[in-house]
Amino acid sequence: MNQNYSRRSFIGTSLFAGASTFMASRLALANASTDSRFVFVMLRGALDGLSAVPPVGDPEYSSLRGQIALAKSGEGAALPLEGPFGLHPALKFLHASYAAKELAVLHAIASPYRERSHFDAQNVLESGDPRPHGSTSGWINRALTALPAGKAREAGVALGANVPLAMRGPAEVASWSPTKIAALDEATLARITDLYARDPLLSQRLADALASDAIANEAQTAADAESQDTAMAMTGTKPDSVVERDAKEKRNYNARYAETARAAAGFLKRDDGPRVAMFDTTGWDTHANEGGAQGQLALRLRGLDAAMAALKETLGPVWRHTVVLVATEFGRTAAINGTRGTDHGTGAAAFLLGGAVAGGRVLADWPGLARASLLDSRDLKPTRDLRTVMKGVLRDHLDVPAAALDGQVFPDSAGVRPMNDLIRG
Amino acid sequence: MTSTRKDTAAAIAANRFGLGARPGELPAVAHDPQDWLVRQLKGSPPVLTGDGLKPSAETLAKVIELRKEVAEERRAKKKDGSNDDAALVATALKLPAVYRPVYLDEAYARFAHSIATERPFLERLTQFWTNHFAVSIDKVVVLGLAGAMEREAIRPRVTGHFTDLLLAVEKHPAMLLYLDNQASIGPNSKAARFVGRRGNGRKAGINENLAREILELHTLGVDGGYTQSDVSTFAQAISGWSIGGQDNRKLARLGIDNGTPGEFHFREVFHEPGTRRLLGKTYSDDGLRQGEAILRDLALRRETARHVSTKLARHFIADDPPPAVVERMTHAWLESKAHLPTVYRALIESPEAWEHTFGKFKTPADYIHSSYRALGIPLRDQRRSLQAFEALGQRNFMPGSPAGWPDTSPDWDGSSGLLKRVAWADVVAQRMGDARNARDLAPQLLGATLSDETAKAIGRAESGSQALTLLLASPEFMRR
Repeated sequence: MNQNYSRRSFIGTSLFAGASTFMASRLALANASTDSRFVFVMLRGALDGLSAVPPVGDPEYSSLRGQIALAKSGEGAALPLEGPFGLHPALKFLHASYAAKELAVLHAIASPYRERSHFDAQNVLESGDPRPHGSTSGWINRALTALPAGKAREAGVALGANVPLAMRGPAEVASWSPTKIAALDEATLARITDLYARDPLLSQRLADALASDAIANEAQTAADAESQDTAMAMTGTKPDSVVERDAKEKRNYNARYAETARAAAGFLKRDDGPRVAMFDTTGWDTHANEGGAQGQLALRLRGLDAAMAALKETLGPVWRHTVVLVATEFGRTAAINGTRGTDHGTGAAAFLLGGAVAGGRVLADWPGLARASLLDSRDLKPTRDLRTVMKGVLRDHLDVPAAALDGQVFPDSAGVRPMNDLIRG
Repeated sequence: MTSTRKDTAAAIAANRFGLGARPGELPAVAHDPQDWLVRQLKGSPPVLTGDGLKPSAETLAKVIELRKEVAEERRAKKKDGSNDDAALVATALKLPAVYRPVYLDEAYARFAHSIATERPFLERLTQFWTNHFAVSIDKVVVLGLAGAMEREAIRPRVTGHFTDLLLAVEKHPAMLLYLDNQASIGPNSKAARFVGRRGNGRKAGINENLAREILELHTLGVDGGYTQSDVSTFAQAISGWSIGGQDNRKLARLGIDNGTPGEFHFREVFHEPGTRRLLGKTYSDDGLRQGEAILRDLALRRETARHVSTKLARHFIADDPPPAVVERMTHAWLESKAHLPTVYRALIESPEAWEHTFGKFKTPADYIHSSYRALGIPLRDQRRSLQAFEALGQRNFMPGSPAGWPDTSPDWDGSSGLLKRVAWADVVAQRMGDARNARDLAPQLLGATLSDETAKAIGRAESGSQALTLLLASPEFMRR
């Protein structure tokens, strides 16, 4: 393999101009009759909501959290929000967004899932079905199919090699991630396209991939160069030396997620691009040595914060029309465990961010951390269903018909009312 | 069997159950495809060889030494009041420096074995189990141990009983560290009482991560009928399952056995005393044997048999495996007391396993292994050879979560993943150039599963390397 390969060498040729003439991708044909953009950022592994959004004013908080508790004031203190709440000091951009009324913080929130398996919980969060493995498609995809005629968004984009469950389903969704492999020549690609003609899955996938790369190429060249420079500055190595990257991997979270966010923005900012994007992040399962103002979790939160800042910056004027939902599969135990971390819990924190969000608020019906208030004497008790937020955003931001929300998008959820006033009027 | 059916079955045996056919291999397989698979299960599993492979205990002992040095440094610095950030950075850098070369040696040896082995079905099974009992190197502490866990705990037991495999894996330092059990301390254990007396504010406690994943992922399965309280009970039973030689100066001063550095060590002083009741059975206060007895019982439960059989059938046959096949395997599991070759035979003796349907989209690792075998691609240096796995999205020993790599087609058939695969195929095809003839190779690799369209496209290719690209990119080579 060519040692100097890069994304640009792969996509920066005239190949895709030619390719697009015979590619029947539906991706680039998305109708642009609404300006609304939606991004779902999934935090896999269960974010510790009590550290990300520490209730520093709750009388039980610091004793439950022991050595990982965040301080109310002084060095490394939580950044102040309303009520008893603070934000983790690593979340500086989010805190500024809160001040700018572009961030709504959600707390004591949960999906309908009440057990403690990551994998089932992620399945419920992504499928939108209250039963684990109850559906093989995702709520975002089904919402796309429910859009009214004339506002139909035929496509979303998943930032990654493959499409996560939340985005799978009947609506066409492409996946895109930077490739490090040298380009195919146009003639070979045309022959492969022919060879796939009788294979509906592969021909659609290939067409979507080429269309996505063309979009990414056009929109991302500048941002890409910038982020690669950042990665190099941060790690002192060429981004290509992947196998050697292990030691620096953790410090790379900032650069990696910011690059992904920029790529997402590159798709979303186009008039003819997809209106919905999703990407996921991992490493939130902090069973041991979670850390407080500094440490393992702080590092990841900084990466998330940088990614959100990169998203806003790259979207430019489109940020005004954007809503980002940042959510995780469940929360973590109220108390610190025996290995200076936290175990699987229930009530979690989530964020709603973007220029279209009616922010500057903490939306929580706070149950408190007193032992009697905890679920099973161990977890933050959830007082709000995450689907109320998802429904509110889909209805008021993407104009998904309310009728589709209770069955098609979120099966068996008639009792779960969409939250009002999440979106700026 | 007619000769065409045997020819199809041979291609299925080599591609669906193996790591991909090699040129010239299918006629011998076609003689009796099922028997070709069964024979691979006989005799002791091969031992992996390669430069630099060493016991996990050796690697881990080195790391434990390093950590002690860093801790010493930190204590010294604390005494003279200086900031200890430097020590933290030093740990962060020294650990991967020990681990990274070990990781590369392990991944490379496994890759070399996968493309050369004469027992590819056995290798697929081995890698299935490694994924079933997943540890992931994104947790740096297992970077130098994941490969050794496969060699030490899994490989030798792939053709034995599940019970032995389970016990070996759950006691392996890589698993204990990955799921945080090494420092899980019972609240009424001797160590907890000692720490409590010292009153230094550090609370000792149980970490239930390993116990939960054993029940949910390794044995019963998430619908296996256990509760949160079973998880807690089981976590207490395996508290004290730890690793020898770790930095426990206080305990050392009390003359308490610290075990052999880097090896499994039952820390009796961490263990929560008491009898336990789990899933309707009582386990006496038996120290190490309490947890072992629970694992033995878990291995033989119907829920475990069904959960693991379903995963095996899904891995080899189809995303939604035929219920009859799973039923036969579950029955074989329970009848044979979890004798794995008996379970494997129930799988490969099922007629449903031999239908010519292409039920699976290859994973990136499948795709790379089968391409190397198909074209006889020579291995190059470690870094360049292993880069393919990273580029196609399935880095060795890095599934990212204890659930392992996902194992259904929609998890792998995304548009970006497909394009990368095709582009990579083109790179290796160009490397092989005219050294291989795709027109001759195609029927040798795909047998009766080669479609007319693919054969035609290969025949019309404008160059030898383009023909190879088309072969590797073909719908039937993408699947198995």
